[in-house]
Amino acid sequence: MSDSVETAAAAASTPAVPTGQSGTVVRSTVIRRLFRNPLGLVAMTILLAISLLAILAPVLAPFDQNYANIAKTLAAPDSVNILGTDSAGRDVWSRLLFGAQLTLLSALLCAGVAIAIGLPAGLIAGYYAGKFEAVSNWVVSILMSLPGLIVLLTIRAAFGPSVWMSMIAFGILISPSYFRLTRTAVQSVRNELYVDAARVSGLSDLSIIARHIFSVVRAPIIIQTAAIAGVAIAIQSGLEFLGLGDPTKATWGVMLSEGFKNVYLTPTLLFWPALAMALTIGGLVLLGNAIRDALEDGEKIKHRKQAATSVKGPLAGPTPARLPARPSRKSVAAVDLGTEHHLVKVTNLGVGYPQADGSIKKVVDDVSFHVDRGEFLGIVGESGSGKSQTAFSILGLLPENARVVGGSIQFDGNYTVAPGEERVSQERLSKLRGKRISYIPQEPMSNLDPAFTIGYQLVTPMVRVLGISKAEARQRALKLLADVGIVSPDRTFNAYPHEVSGGMAQRVLIAGAISCEPDLVIADEPTTALDVTVQADVLDLLRELQRRLNIGVILVTHNFGVVADLCDRVAVMQNGRLVEEGPVRDILRNPQEPYTQRLLASMLEGKEPMSMLVSPRPKEPVA
Amino acid sequence: MSTTESAPLLAVDQLVVEYPSKKFRAKPFRALTDINITIGRGETLGLVGESGSGKTTLGRAILGLAPVTGGKISFDGKDISHASRKDRRVLSRDLQVVFQDPYTSLNPALEIGDILAEPLGVQGMDAAAAKKRVKELLDQVGLPSDAINRLPREFSGGQRQRVAIARALALAPKLIVCDEPVSALDLSTQARVLDLFLQIQKDTGVSYLFVSHDLDVVRHISHRVAVMYHGEIVEQGPAGVVTTDPDHPYTQRLLLASPVPDPDRQEQRRADRHRLLETQRMQHEQAGVLA
Repeated sequence: MSDSVETAAAAASTPAVPTGQSGTVVRSTVIRRLFRNPLGLVAMTILLAISLLAILAPVLAPFDQNYANIAKTLAAPDSVNILGTDSAGRDVWSRLLFGAQLTLLSALLCAGVAIAIGLPAGLIAGYYAGKFEAVSNWVVSILMSLPGLIVLLTIRAAFGPSVWMSMIAFGILISPSYFRLTRTAVQSVRNELYVDAARVSGLSDLSIIARHIFSVVRAPIIIQTAAIAGVAIAIQSGLEFLGLGDPTKATWGVMLSEGFKNVYLTPTLLFWPALAMALTIGGLVLLGNAIRDALEDGEKIKHRKQAATSVKGPLAGPTPARLPARPSRKSVAAVDLGTEHHLVKVTNLGVGYPQADGSIKKVVDDVSFHVDRGEFLGIVGESGSGKSQTAFSILGLLPENARVVGGSIQFDGNYTVAPGEERVSQERLSKLRGKRISYIPQEPMSNLDPAFTIGYQLVTPMVRVLGISKAEARQRALKLLADVGIVSPDRTFNAYPHEVSGGMAQRVLIAGAISCEPDLVIADEPTTALDVTVQADVLDLLRELQRRLNIGVILVTHNFGVVADLCDRVAVMQNGRLVEEGPVRDILRNPQEPYTQRLLASMLEGKEPMSMLVSPRPKEPVA
Repeated sequence: MSTTESAPLLAVDQLVVEYPSKKFRAKPFRALTDINITIGRGETLGLVGESGSGKTTLGRAILGLAPVTGGKISFDGKDISHASRKDRRVLSRDLQVVFQDPYTSLNPALEIGDILAEPLGVQGMDAAAAKKRVKELLDQVGLPSDAINRLPREFSGGQRQRVAIARALALAPKLIVCDEPVSALDLSTQARVLDLFLQIQKDTGVSYLFVSHDLDVVRHISHRVAVMYHGEIVEQGPAGVVTTDPDHPYTQRLLLASPVPDPDRQEQRRADRHRLLETQRMQHEQAGVLA
């Protein structure tokens, strides 16, 4: 454990150096972000100051909270009573300090009771589900349907005017909010594989909850507690303001009530407790927000990092951010003579993502290839090779922050990205996309909207793009579904996506891709999510359609078998660069580049079973 | 003594797994029907099948993560079909798992060292000894020893899978259930991780139940192969036979469906596949006529 402490210290002392160790201790970075947030800093300062005043009340207060000087009632501030006195001649400053003690303690009690009930119940209900969850859901529903204020008034009537009693009751009433928060968080991780792995390791349920599950709910609980404590202070002061408090104890609510009675004589009596409450509740709310922001910031940065660092290695080095001034809104230059006949031509394409430090991280670098009509081009590479980024730049579907840092893309004799342009022109591409260029995605299921029938999702684009009537589009959709090998097009037309299998869904998407008679289809790993037998059927379908419609297809894949099955030519990508390109037989049988050779050597087909695939030395650099 | 030596390490006998239906009084969903497999010491049984065929469920039933409705699972001569949590803790020394997805099988909030020390701590190993063992494990799977203080997100998919393998190896188990351990990995990473599995088996004599949808992977790593289809085992036998000259129509389809990385051989295979599908369809029709 001492190691993690050391790392925490190291991480905290060198925040600017992004070494591999800087992200090890998550909590310290959240706390650091919290301190950097001005609102969080203000909130914490206020709460800290009020807590200190409350703790030091017996030392700081010049008088006892109930010491009454009858001779000096409703006095103005002077050197003895720095905030004046109330109607009984008690010192306002002293009462404010003792009041802070009692008010904060009662808020903590309320939150503590609510956590003590809600957290364990939520953990158990979320982790075990079943009967306990059902029963606790009923209890929670009953608690939430109780009219809170009336219950509190009843309790006051039954047990007398005790701050503690009413706060315990309020804690019980508000515990469902913790229960629900915890249960939902636990449910989301209950079936994670690392929990299964812990079960296989023989960890008891208690240790699994403590080690693997509790960490998920920790942050939301802290945020919730900040909010609940504020509510508790408000409710408690509200009750006391109504005169239901304990008059022998100084709290802010009692003082407020007292001040209200004398509002015409000494308005400041009302001001001080109100200010104290406003500061405390405001501080708690702001703190909650700041913690939430700090946690969300962390996730945002993580996501961006993932997208941008997908390519590491020789290209990852910073490139100058300042790019030459680019001509904008001018007429697009004509493509080079003699290249118009290519359906798509990508020339020296570079795609990059601007980084926080001003540099640009390139994910595609100097990539050139072309596709003609009736041609099947395969782009092969491993994850992070930039193959999908290349495909997306042809489609014009790069993320908002992506920049074309070099080169050009032309489609059917016109530039979609002219040389020198920094972004894909959406204006030009939206005329092509869906009409002349279409797309088959990797995950069939997540690319169909579950709320609409398959028929609706096929018909709508056709009506829009081709300008035909709904009835005509319906006829075409049914024919397309039959064309892609769906046995009962009518039934599939009226089905919702969840009612069909993955292979069927991919056929539907292929039908959608060819529905508007495109010239170019870009298929991004179209069979990766499918079973092998289904994959073979879909490959057959793609081949047959491509021949029949004489379209150009760019197939992005990592599978050389799929390439061998479909493609005329292959481009191999590694780390954003195109390492080798050529006819499929040349590349697969006689690869020139070491990288292609290595990839092909990793194929299992035709290998001696149980033999070592990569070099037999055990201490190879690790994957 | 000789009986335990000759008996298989794992024997699954007429196993049935059913999941209770969510609907009131509806029939439970039967995930596995009449499963019979055995795995010997130092042996790898490859389990191949399509998604939803029940191959993952079989692995989970052996690990105690799926409900055993009928039949018997015995491990090392003991019946573990309904082992209690306490029995499982003892069992976890000998029976371990590597999951498919290296991104969700490691707790993102824990450091690698803590993840690897977890199974050791459960068995009551003290911290210093555990730390020593963790370093050995990292070395065994080819990860640098400074990985101890790092978080899973700082590693690539292949490296994470190495961590998961190291966790499974921590207690020197006799059997590791590998649930699609290379499916989420890139081709060259897959090759390295398969090498690692083979090397570990050579060094430690561990047995694997190797679940995969990829016939090529299963052929490469297994001594024997079982093919699952719709919750049943339709064929099993020596890896060389099942993966090159299968009997069952489904396995035949599966074999010819996996494309080979050469255009001309693939064209041949495609033609073979179409012929096979045609033959099977006609047989099916004939069977329908006869019935």
